Amino acid sequence: MSSPPSAPSAPKPSVFAARDLTKVYRMGEVEVQALRGVSLDLHESEFLVLLGPSGSGKSTLLNILGGLDVPTAGTVTYRGQNLTSADERALTMYRRRHVGFVFQFYNLIPSLTARENVALVTDIVERPMRPEEALELVNLAHRLDHFPSQLSGGEQQRVAIARAVAKRPDVLLCDEPTGALDIATGVLVLQAIDQVNRELGTTTAVITHNAAVSGMADRVVTLSDGRIASDRRNSVKLSPAELQW
Amino acid sequence: MVIRPLDRKLLRDLWTLKGQAFAISLVISAGVAMFIMYLSTFHSLRLTQETYYERYRFGHVFAALTRAPMNVLERAADLPGVARVEARVVVDVTLDVPDLTEPASGRLIGIDVPARPMLNDVFIRRGRFPALGHPDEVLVSEGFALARDLHPGDSIGAMINGRRRELSIVGIALSPEYIYSIRPGELIPDDSRFGIFWMHGRGLAAAFNMEGGFNHLSLTLLPGASEPDVIARLDRLLAPSGGLGALPRSLQTSHWYLDNELAQLQSVGLVLPIVFLLVAAFLLNVVLTRIVSVQREQIAALKALGYTNRELAWHYTKLSLLIGAAGGVLGTVFGAWMGSGMTAIYNDFFRFPILTYNLPANVVFGGVAVSFAAATLGALNAVRRAAALPPAEAMRPEPPARYRHSLLERAGLAHYLSPPVRMILRNVGRQPARAATAVAGVAASISMLILGTFFLDSIGVLLDQQFFVIQRQDVTVNFVLPASARSLHEVRRLPGVIGAEPLRAVPARLRSAQRSRIVSVQGLVAEPELNRVVDVTGGAVRLPPGGLVLSLKLAEVLAVGVGEVVTMEVLDGRRPVREVPVAGIVEEYMGTSAYMEIGALRRLLGEGDSLSGAFLRVDPAEADVLYQRLKGIPFVAGVSLKRSAVESFQRTIAETFYVMIFFNLLFSSVISFGVVYNAARISLSERSRELASLRVLGFTRGEISLILLGELAVVVVLAIPIGLLLGYIFAGALVAAFNTELYRFPLVVTPRTYAYAATVVLIAASLSGLAVRRRLDRLDLVAVLKTRE
Repeated sequence: MSSPPSAPSAPKPSVFAARDLTKVYRMGEVEVQALRGVSLDLHESEFLVLLGPSGSGKSTLLNILGGLDVPTAGTVTYRGQNLTSADERALTMYRRRHVGFVFQFYNLIPSLTARENVALVTDIVERPMRPEEALELVNLAHRLDHFPSQLSGGEQQRVAIARAVAKRPDVLLCDEPTGALDIATGVLVLQAIDQVNRELGTTTAVITHNAAVSGMADRVVTLSDGRIASDRRNSVKLSPAELQW
Repeated sequence: MVIRPLDRKLLRDLWTLKGQAFAISLVISAGVAMFIMYLSTFHSLRLTQETYYERYRFGHVFAALTRAPMNVLERAADLPGVARVEARVVVDVTLDVPDLTEPASGRLIGIDVPARPMLNDVFIRRGRFPALGHPDEVLVSEGFALARDLHPGDSIGAMINGRRRELSIVGIALSPEYIYSIRPGELIPDDSRFGIFWMHGRGLAAAFNMEGGFNHLSLTLLPGASEPDVIARLDRLLAPSGGLGALPRSLQTSHWYLDNELAQLQSVGLVLPIVFLLVAAFLLNVVLTRIVSVQREQIAALKALGYTNRELAWHYTKLSLLIGAAGGVLGTVFGAWMGSGMTAIYNDFFRFPILTYNLPANVVFGGVAVSFAAATLGALNAVRRAAALPPAEAMRPEPPARYRHSLLERAGLAHYLSPPVRMILRNVGRQPARAATAVAGVAASISMLILGTFFLDSIGVLLDQQFFVIQRQDVTVNFVLPASARSLHEVRRLPGVIGAEPLRAVPARLRSAQRSRIVSVQGLVAEPELNRVVDVTGGAVRLPPGGLVLSLKLAEVLAVGVGEVVTMEVLDGRRPVREVPVAGIVEEYMGTSAYMEIGALRRLLGEGDSLSGAFLRVDPAEADVLYQRLKGIPFVAGVSLKRSAVESFQRTIAETFYVMIFFNLLFSSVISFGVVYNAARISLSERSRELASLRVLGFTRGEISLILLGELAVVVVLAIPIGLLLGYIFAGALVAAFNTELYRFPLVVTPRTYAYAATVVLIAASLSGLAVRRRLDRLDLVAVLKTRE
């Protein structure tokens, strides 16, 4: 089974426009140059895979797009809103209203059940899904009242995805969502992300160091040493099940 | 009600922390309980006092004099600012109580039977008011009646103007004038040896040749009247009648003691809880900061999901407030219970018609407010950290902690230290600030233990100084009127008297600029063998041939130093007024005293070999015979025995201080356990991963316990000397706060108290160690290693 090829000819409107991003941060006693001039546009409903070895700057880029971090130089706009000059409060509101995050280590609140972890988000946004609905979407309707410690890694990550999509975000940002999972579980998680992108039309960016994942993207950007090494469109978009690991 | 998911997290976090949260709540509750106990007792006493004063028309100004005709009373009533005046005859006599070989004193107060006194009315607990036509019917004060088991229908003998008279008791009474009744010249009340009697004024006046006159006056002021003005006019009016100086209510003996006690309750009730709540805030700070660092990834995720800094700050503040609220509630309940108990104790000590416990809403509110304040203060640092945590950074694992070789290793001792010992030392050295705060917490609890118990040491020294170093006499005899040297010879010849020294005491107002005090100036032989003048540091003092020797407190009150001159207005006899130099100052623990060499005082008074009393040393074998004889000597007005004074002092101490000390101790133990237990739990939570790794590598439970508990031991060992020193410093501060005209407590902390404080902390540390050891034994190796931290 294969998805119909997307039309590369008609570019949709830009959701994100990043220009000349650089980022330097200190880690302990070392100074790290994470981004060295990255420019990138991300379009409506696009499924982007950010590929690159660890330390290539992909997490930093994702954090900046998600309003978790600000660049040292350069600009990012989200639908025309400048994120670079926004203050802490504006960034918080931006994340709250528009962004869904999925992290490599799930970052669920261990003291809350699956349902409660999702409710954490639905509680603070307007027009959310019901937590049960979001968990249904990731096929976890039967695990509503389990605590994270009672769930497998894949299930935890799917709770995280449900938590990210329950607010009906405009963009879904996933940082190594399958990094801590085995292949079979990873596929389940990627299917959930793919489903959200297709059914809700959520603009999605997935970070991975696993080149195989790039097969399911509309577009693949490769980062290397803080720079964009390549930017290509897939003529054929595979379903997660078809990926060759 | 729907609980928001973030609040669910809060409740579950709290449940995980329950041991530590409970320990901190206990510390807070101890502080709040003390606050509530002291302040509610204060308010209960204050309310009772005010109501009592008003209902029973307690006077505003009191004046004693030698004798004045009744027309002086009318002139006093006409003084501007005076509302009501009442004159009485008040006489102190020796009582003859059948089953008491030692003499007791009585104060006879004349009342205008059958009318009730216009001022300073009596409350009749039992029996009835004396009836007209029965001059020997009396009311007796409740304290004395209880101590001597006297009831209406009983009778008691009194030496009235040299003649023994039988007084028949018809009622038991209380008066706002004698809520606290103390024998003249003494510092501690002794209900068994001092009784107040209200009786027919006319009969009393006749017995003491006061018919148509009076020797005591009290008055109330009109609203807005100036008390100093009225007192000045009254003093001028009464001077020709031998006025001893009018006293405002604030210096009236009973009121003054009661007020002192109230002031002490209030200041202790404010100061002690603050110390406890600061310790609680410190503990909360440690625990919450730890939670925030454990939850840094959760916080980052919540921020990524769109939670604001303010929401997260409030989240952690609420955790702290919940712990504070639990402490506040527990403390309020416990404090109210203790407050009602303490009020009951005061009911035995002070005599009120009714003393009901009253817990005002503002005290409860204050208690809850301070517990919240402590909780907020404790949350501040952690909340700031949570808010400041940059979310992107918190996603990344923390860089590994930086370790260094410890000081001992760098000193070349590495060779002698086993790896676990090195780990202990490097851990303490890695986070010196953390180790220092733990040491500070334990040291604070040790200091609280000392603060709670050192009063016993202090009182011991005070007792020894007062009753063994200063007062070496067995008996002090006061005469009705100043007598000649011949009476000293008479006293010397009494059975059992081994030695006697004269006393010439005279009431006088000492004045320096605007400051003045009425005291009894004591004329003593230059180098007394019996009642000595002793400086607490310098030892026995030889009285100079001229000038006054003042106790340090009196010199401070008058603001005079050695070589300066005070005006001495004698309030007796020919009432000379003289400028007298201050020849010396001695530091004493009790009261405010002025001394003079007896010869110099007699010259100042223009008298020969007069004396007003004598100090006696007595052969114990013949003491009973002597006491019997003293009771029957007409010129003897009062006899006080050192043994009884020591006993009543100890009884008073037992009643008040032991209760306070017991509670202080209880609370200090709570604090030390809370601090040590928390320190142990925190290091367990920080190190469990590392310790589990060691277990996997083959270390035994005992060995890993050694590493964890070794740190605790290092903290406790470092904290003990610091805590002992801190305790001494705090004790010094408390002693300074208790410096009143009544007492100055010596700053003494005995080795026994130090040992006690150290022992309690060691026990608390051992118990905490055991609790943590049990947790270590149950450490789930696999689960701990799987967690990413």
